[in-house]
Amino acid sequence: MTGTLIKIDGLTKAYPGVIANDNVSFQIDAGEVHALLGENGAGKSTLVKMIYGLVKPDAGQMQLRGKPYAPAEPRAARAAGVAMVFQHFSLFEALTVAENIALGMENPPPMRQLSDRITTVSQDYGLPLDPHRTVGDLSAGERQRVEIIRCLLQDPKLLIMDEPTSVLTPQEVDILFATLRLLRDQGTSILYISHKLEEIRALCDTATILRGGQNVGTCDPRQTAARDMAEMMVGSRLHVPEKVSHATDQVALTVNRLTSRAVSPFGTRLRDVSFQLWQGEILGIGGVAGNGQDELLAAMSGEMQVNPDAIRLGNRPIGHLGPNKRRRLGLLAAPEERLGHAAAPDMTLTENALLSGKVRKALEENGFLNWNKARRFADQIIDRFDVRTPNAANAARSLSGGNLQKFVIGREILQNPLVLVVNQPTWGVDAQAAAAIRQALLDLAAEGAAVIVISQDLDELMEITDRFAALNEGRLSAPRPTADLDVEQIGLMLGGAHGMEVAHAPEESTAAQ
Amino acid sequence: MDLSAINPIVLFASLMVASTPILLAALGELVVEKTGVLNLGVEGMMITGAICGFAVAIETGSPALGFLGGALGGAVLSLIFAFLTQVLLSNQVATGLALTLFGLGLSALIGQGYIGQRPPSSGDLVLGLDLMVFLGIGLVALIWWALRATRLGLILRAVGENHDAAHALGYKVVRIRIAAIAFGGACAGLGGAYLSLIRVPQWTEGMTAGAGWIALALVVFASWKPWRVLLGAYLFGGITVLQLNLQAAGVKIPVEYLSMSRYLITILVLVLISVDRTRATLNAPAMLGRKFHASS
Repeated sequence: MTGTLIKIDGLTKAYPGVIANDNVSFQIDAGEVHALLGENGAGKSTLVKMIYGLVKPDAGQMQLRGKPYAPAEPRAARAAGVAMVFQHFSLFEALTVAENIALGMENPPPMRQLSDRITTVSQDYGLPLDPHRTVGDLSAGERQRVEIIRCLLQDPKLLIMDEPTSVLTPQEVDILFATLRLLRDQGTSILYISHKLEEIRALCDTATILRGGQNVGTCDPRQTAARDMAEMMVGSRLHVPEKVSHATDQVALTVNRLTSRAVSPFGTRLRDVSFQLWQGEILGIGGVAGNGQDELLAAMSGEMQVNPDAIRLGNRPIGHLGPNKRRRLGLLAAPEERLGHAAAPDMTLTENALLSGKVRKALEENGFLNWNKARRFADQIIDRFDVRTPNAANAARSLSGGNLQKFVIGREILQNPLVLVVNQPTWGVDAQAAAAIRQALLDLAAEGAAVIVISQDLDELMEITDRFAALNEGRLSAPRPTADLDVEQIGLMLGGAHGMEVAHAPEESTAAQ
Repeated sequence: MDLSAINPIVLFASLMVASTPILLAALGELVVEKTGVLNLGVEGMMITGAICGFAVAIETGSPALGFLGGALGGAVLSLIFAFLTQVLLSNQVATGLALTLFGLGLSALIGQGYIGQRPPSSGDLVLGLDLMVFLGIGLVALIWWALRATRLGLILRAVGENHDAAHALGYKVVRIRIAAIAFGGACAGLGGAYLSLIRVPQWTEGMTAGAGWIALALVVFASWKPWRVLLGAYLFGGITVLQLNLQAAGVKIPVEYLSMSRYLITILVLVLISVDRTRATLNAPAMLGRKFHASS
């Protein structure tokens, strides 16, 4: 449990136009859970990619157990005992669990032996997993287990975890933490990347905080208040949106027994979803990714047409109408995927503003586009929502995630919707932009519009919504006032009728069908 | 009309011969597409293989060297595609179409001096069938087994399924894809050489006559499964041979209808096989035709 495992000394990495890491130094002891904290764009990902051999540093050295360590590729890092659980992009949906794990190993044993080892290791660490299932059918939590077990089979000395809890239910987080503590007690060091402060306080022994690519301090998260750490991360005081309920008793939208098909082969169809939405209300819909969120958004926006009476705006049946007709009536939507769904990546901001604002802002006259008006609309969005970009003629792709998100949400809000549906409004957005977006949604509801926020971020839903409902395998629970709920109860709602069975292997097959 | 003139055994032997060129080309394309690359230049690689194989066989007098030359010709042509799409990141559809046009022109140029010549005989083996027919069937089994049960096959599938993830795990996406493209080119070249050396056997401009396109369609409708590619190729070859026999037997159907029937029936049958859309989507390599650039 003593001694330094890895020492990082003056690592620097610059990309054109931005210094991702500037002379970063810190060390991780053996058997320590070390947190790496920072906003998006603070340089956390670049730093761990250097440790894992995916990116070569421009300057600086690393030492692993006293010896120089400079992995040329991930293979070398794995051979040295460094393993990494990625936040995205590292599983193959069409392959089985065992095949996915074999791909991450240097010399995998024959498939049958590997399957047995996966079963054994997964039982030992309390992460039940069937090696023969196709990854595309697994829940987010189960997918993460695949990655963790892939790492554990190599017996790592240092396990890097990049934002592991962003897609988990609270119960799944507890299971994960128990596994990580078990690993720590066995002497494995863990580098834990996150921006969720409460988690870091519950799990980590030491925290290193990055801001703008620099190490701005190391602290003991158990002794330091969450607020102080947040301010070290952000570098200024945080503005927390204020919540005042404006819900009225006027019905804005009624969804009645909405059933749909799935939008992708691994999607989940909606089953009998019913709820009512009041004017001035924000309804939060939580749930682990892949439980019908994409389908719900598609059904609400009109990309997927359903039975006319399944969705009524006021008293009018609109289930059969396409997106533009719904926009004209005042039902707007902002999908989760910014590049390619909410915005066309290679088109300018003006063009993107026009694409969705055409109907309500009357940017089209007799079949001709009014570019001057469109440009003014885009400028108005940029101005009102503090979108950081030189001007509206820039391509959507050139904006950072947070700025583009402010743009796509702002674009819908400025069209004065009666009902706005947003999916993951602050996903991958830094804390300040997230606070601005949440405030804008609150302001919109205060003006009398009804808002549906579909999100996997429970803190966000607790912060801004009036009522909360959980989406689980395409079924929606009855909405309950958010103020009456605590995190534990929400977690149970997210697990649906299946409750805690994530922790037990035999019932797994019924949970995911 | 005398249908008894059609001998089933001879018919089957000749359908195997007729289907071998598209079988070889389709198998190569299957491997390429499994790694997530869409190479529409099959027709061009086939005809380049046809003339390269033909020329080498004439010059050396050896059909075996001729086949080698055909494979090499197809592979070299495919490396142009590989360089453009994998290194310079050009659009795969446009580059593949250009490759076909380029291959047709290049083969016509090389073939100037070879029109009207006869290639050296490759010698019959069993039932009038040659070694290449069995090589084709062997290749089906080999590719099926390799994709299913070997680590190499797993890596190929992984690259086609999610190139970002494969890169993150440290696999050389671009190198693997270039190797697969070259393999696909060699297979297409081999199929072309089979046309000019055995099936026809002589050199005429544009002699592949769309076989490369049929091979491409076969891969998609066979849901990227080697045995289904074999089935589709035999079906196509079988109807080709059957309609020739029917014409010879004097059936009273216009020749045009008989000629088009092979395209119609092959596509119809394969569409019916792959009618389950979700399963077909699962088989399709998710990264098919997408550019990969290791930036992040």
